[in-house]
Amino acid sequence: MGRYLSQRLVQGLVVILGVTTLVFVVTRMIGDPVNFILPLSASEEQRAALRADLGFDRSILSQFWSFLSDAVRLDFGESTYFRNEDALGIVRRFLPKTLQLVVAGMIVAFVLSVPLGAIAALRPGKVLDKFLVTLSLIGLATPQFFLGQVILLFTSVKFNLVQFGDGPWTHLIFPALTLALPAIGRLTMVVRSAMIDELNSQYVKAARAKGVSRRRIVGVHALRNAAIPFVTLFGWEVIRALAGYTLVVEAVFDWPGLGDLAILSIRERDFFLIQTIVFVVAVMVVLVNIAIDIAYKIIDPRVKIA
Amino acid sequence: MIDPTPVLEVEHLQIDFLTRRGTVHAVRDVSFTIGRGETLGLVGESGSGKSVTAQALLGMIELPGRIVGGDVRWKGESLVRGPHVRRTIERVRGQEIAMVFQDPMTSLDPVFTVGSQVVEVLRRHRRLSRKAAKARAVELLDIVGIANPTERISQYPFEMSGGMRQRVLIAMALACEPELLVADEPTTALDVTIQAQILELVAKLQQELRLAVLLITHDLGVVAGVCDRVAVMYAGKIVEDAPAADLYATPAHPYSAALLRSTPRLDIVLDRLVAIEGAPPDLRRPPAGCAFATRCPFAIDHCREEQPRLEVFEPVPDAVGAGDAETLEELEQPARTERTVACFRAAEVREEVLS
Amino acid sequence: MSGTATDEYSAHQHDVDEALLAEQGMEGRPYELRASTTGLFSELRADKAGLLSAVFLFIVVFAAFAAPLLAPYGPVEGNPSTSSIPPIWADGSWDHVLGTDTQGYDVLSRLMYGARTTLLIGLAVVAIAGLFGVVLGLIAGYRGGRTDRWLMRWVDVQVAFPGLLIALIMIAVLGPSMTSVIFVLSFNGWMVYARMTRGVVLAAKERPYVEAAEMVGCRPRRVMFVHILPNLTSSLVTLAVLEFARIILAEATLSFLGLGLQFPEVSLGVMANGGRDAFFSLPRLAIIPGVVITLIVLAVNFLASWLRVVFDPQEREKRFAAGATTAATTVEGVM
Repeated sequence: MGRYLSQRLVQGLVVILGVTTLVFVVTRMIGDPVNFILPLSASEEQRAALRADLGFDRSILSQFWSFLSDAVRLDFGESTYFRNEDALGIVRRFLPKTLQLVVAGMIVAFVLSVPLGAIAALRPGKVLDKFLVTLSLIGLATPQFFLGQVILLFTSVKFNLVQFGDGPWTHLIFPALTLALPAIGRLTMVVRSAMIDELNSQYVKAARAKGVSRRRIVGVHALRNAAIPFVTLFGWEVIRALAGYTLVVEAVFDWPGLGDLAILSIRERDFFLIQTIVFVVAVMVVLVNIAIDIAYKIIDPRVKIA
Repeated sequence: MIDPTPVLEVEHLQIDFLTRRGTVHAVRDVSFTIGRGETLGLVGESGSGKSVTAQALLGMIELPGRIVGGDVRWKGESLVRGPHVRRTIERVRGQEIAMVFQDPMTSLDPVFTVGSQVVEVLRRHRRLSRKAAKARAVELLDIVGIANPTERISQYPFEMSGGMRQRVLIAMALACEPELLVADEPTTALDVTIQAQILELVAKLQQELRLAVLLITHDLGVVAGVCDRVAVMYAGKIVEDAPAADLYATPAHPYSAALLRSTPRLDIVLDRLVAIEGAPPDLRRPPAGCAFATRCPFAIDHCREEQPRLEVFEPVPDAVGAGDAETLEELEQPARTERTVACFRAAEVREEVLS
Repeated sequence: MSGTATDEYSAHQHDVDEALLAEQGMEGRPYELRASTTGLFSELRADKAGLLSAVFLFIVVFAAFAAPLLAPYGPVEGNPSTSSIPPIWADGSWDHVLGTDTQGYDVLSRLMYGARTTLLIGLAVVAIAGLFGVVLGLIAGYRGGRTDRWLMRWVDVQVAFPGLLIALIMIAVLGPSMTSVIFVLSFNGWMVYARMTRGVVLAAKERPYVEAAEMVGCRPRRVMFVHILPNLTSSLVTLAVLEFARIILAEATLSFLGLGLQFPEVSLGVMANGGRDAFFSLPRLAIIPGVVITLIVLAVNFLASWLRVVFDPQEREKRFAAGATTAATTVEGVM
C-alpha cells in the first residue's frame, strides 16, 4: 500500500506541476502584465519600475524558475487587486467557505443517491423508478445556475431569505442543495444501473439458489459490488463540484468562496491570485483522486497493489 | 438400494419466454421423477430447455420467462403454485434442494472471501455462531477435496482455479445437507481432467450422503459414469427416460440413438464425425407433430401430424416392427427400471439398433 | 478503470463506454445496422418523448435560424423608454409578447437570436472538437504502438486537468468573446471523441473476421474500414448529440458568469446573465432563458436516447421486455 500511495503522490505532483506551468505560460502570453496593473496614464518609468519590482523584466525561464522555487516555499506572490496582500493568505481566507459548500453538498448527494438508486433498481419500471429517471433527466438538462436561481426565488418568496453568505450555517443548506442536485441526478442513475447490473449477475442467481435472503443479497452483495463503479463516479462528482460548480453556485447565492474569488481575479487580471487559486485547486483535485484510488482498493480485493 | 419413493416430481411442466419476435415455448411438456438417492441425468443440446427446467425447480424463472403450466412437487409440496409457495421455496432453497451452476468463475461474489460465502449459507439456514460456521466451512472444503482448507477459507475467488472454485460451489451446495443436488452443466467450463475429478467427487458424495442428483448436461460421456437414469430432452420435451445402462445399450428414440452415434469414441474408428443433419425447430413456432420428425430417419407421416406422448416402453423380445403400432405394456416391475419413450416408432428404432 | 481522470466532463466517459459496449454487443456488421434501422419510424412513433423532442427541436431550430426574418425586433433594438414592459400574460401587448428587459430589448427577439447563437456555437464546437478528436482517434487506433501510446497519454493528461478552471484561465487571457468560447470549449472537448474512435478502431481490429480476412489475403485495413464505419457512425452520432447538449450548458454557464459572450452579442447564456441584475423584481428575465435552455437540452437528450435505441438492437429488446413485463403476470414472482 505504501508503494502504491507514493506512486500516486508522484503522479499527482506531476499533474499539479503541469497545471501550474500551463497557467504560468498562459498568463505570460497576453503581453505586458504591467499594463493591467497600472493605469493608462502611468509613465514609462513607472512601468519599468514596476516591471523590475515584480520581476517581469527577466527572461521567461528565469521567471519560471523563481516561480517554481517560490512555489515550493509556498510563496505565491502578492495579489495586485487586494493591494499587495499575500496571495496564498487570501486564498486561505476564502477556501473554508467553498469547502463547507462542497462537503455539505457531497454528503447530501451521497446520502440521497445511494438509497434512491438502490430502490429504483429493485423496482425497475415502477413509479419510483420512473419518477427518479424523470427527475434525473431534468436535473441533467437544467443548467445549474438556473436551478440555483429557482431555489433562490423559492427561498426569497417562502422564507424571505436572500442573503446567504454571512448568515448562520443553516444558510448553507440551499446552496449546498443546489450544488448537490445535478450530482444526485447523475449518481442516482449510476447507482441504479450498477445495481441492476449486479442484480442480473450470475453470482446473485447463485446466491438466490442458496437461499440467501433478498435483503442480504441487495444490501450486502449487490451494493458492495456496485460500489466499485460508484466510488469512481462519486469522486468525479466531487471534483466537478470543487473545480467547477462552486463558481456557479457561489455566483448565484453570493457565497463568498473560492469560486467567487476566481471570477474576481480573472476579471481584474490579478495573475498572482489566479496562479495561486489554480494551484490550490489542483492540489485538492489530486488529493481527491488519490482518495478515490484508495477507496477503490479497499472495496475491491481484485485491484492489485501496483 | 435406491428408494423408489419419488422426492421430486415434475409433471407436464411448461415454460414460455416472451420476446419481441414472438413467444418462445422453451419447455413444452416435461415430466420426470427423481427418487431418494437417485441420480438422473438430463441430457440435451443447447436450446433444448434443460437449464430452464432446472431453474424452474427452485423458482428462479423470471420475466421474460414464465411457468405457464404443469407442476413441480418436492416431497409432495408444490414449488410452482399455491398460497404457500413462496415460503416453501424459501425453505427449500439451499437447504433441501441445492444448485450448482455452470460457470464457477461468475457464480461467486468476487469481493467476498470464499469462506464467508460458505458461512453465509450455513448461517442462513442453521443457527450457528460465526465460529462454528467457520469451522464447518473448513470441514466442507475438506470434504470436497480442497487442500489446506483453513488457508483457502480466507481467499478470494479470483485467487483460485476453476476446478477449485467449482469444488467450493459444491461445498456451498452441500453445506446444509440437502437431499437433492441440481448440477447445471457443472463441468462444461472446466478442463477435461478437472471434469473427471469433479464428476468423481459428485459420485462419491452421492454415495456417501445418499444424495439425489439431477445432473444437467449436453455431454453423454459425463452422464455415463455417474447417473442411474437418463432423460433425454429435445425441443422442450423429454423424448426418452430410461435407466442409463438400457439407454446406452439400446436407445429407443431416434434422437437418443443419433446422439449416441455422434459421440466420438476411441474404440470405433471413423473417417468422419457423425453429425445429426438438420437443426432443432424454432420454438416460437413448434411443429404440430413430433419436433424431431424433420431430422428423423424413421419418420412417417403420422409422426408429422401428431405429437407422440411419453409412454412406457418395454419391447416384447421377439416382436417384429409392425408398421407404426405403438408398443405398450404395463409392467409390474418397480417403477425405476421402467423406460418411457415419446416415439411412434420406438420398436423399430430398437430393432434397428439391435441389428 | 481507475479514477485518475479528473475531467469534470468525463462523467460522459461512462456514456461513451456504454455506447462502446453496446456497439460491441452488436457485432457491427453493415447489414445488421441496416436491419436495425428498419422500423425506424415506428420506433420514433413509439418513443413519444423522442418524437416530441424531435418536433420541439425542429421548431426551435427553425425559429432560431430564421430569426433575422421572423423576429419582431433586432436583438439590441430598444431604449429605456421601452424597458420592463410586461409580457402578454401580465397585461402586456402583442407588441412584445414576452415583454422587454431592463434595457428595453424585446425578450422574444433576443430569445430567437440568442438561440441561434447558442446553437451555432454548439455546432461549431462539436464540429471542431469532433473532427480533431476523431482524426486523432483514428490515427491512434490504426497505427497503434508508439503513436497510440503517446496520443493517449496526451488525452489522459488533458483529461486530468480540471476543465472549467482551464477554460476560465484561457478566457482570462484571450478575453471573453464568442471565438474564445468556441476555442476553449473545443480545446476541452475533443478527448471524448478521440477515445471513442480509438476504442471502435481497436475493437474492430480485434474482430476475428479481420484476422480471417487477412488470412484469406484481403488487406486488413480495408476490412476494418468497412466494418468500422457503421459502428463509428452510430456511436459518433449519439456522442455528438450528447456533447452538443453539454456544450449548450457550458456556454450558458460561461456567459452567465460574465465570461462568455459580451454585448452586443446575444446568446441564451447572456440573457441568463442579464436576468441577474433585476432578479428579485423581474425574475422572468432570468426564468425565461433558463427554461428555454432546459427544454432544449432535455429535448436533445431524449433525441440522443432515441438514437441509441435505433442503433442498438439490444436496447430495443430491453424496451420490449419492459413493456411486456408490466403487462404479464407471473405464476409466482419469487425473487
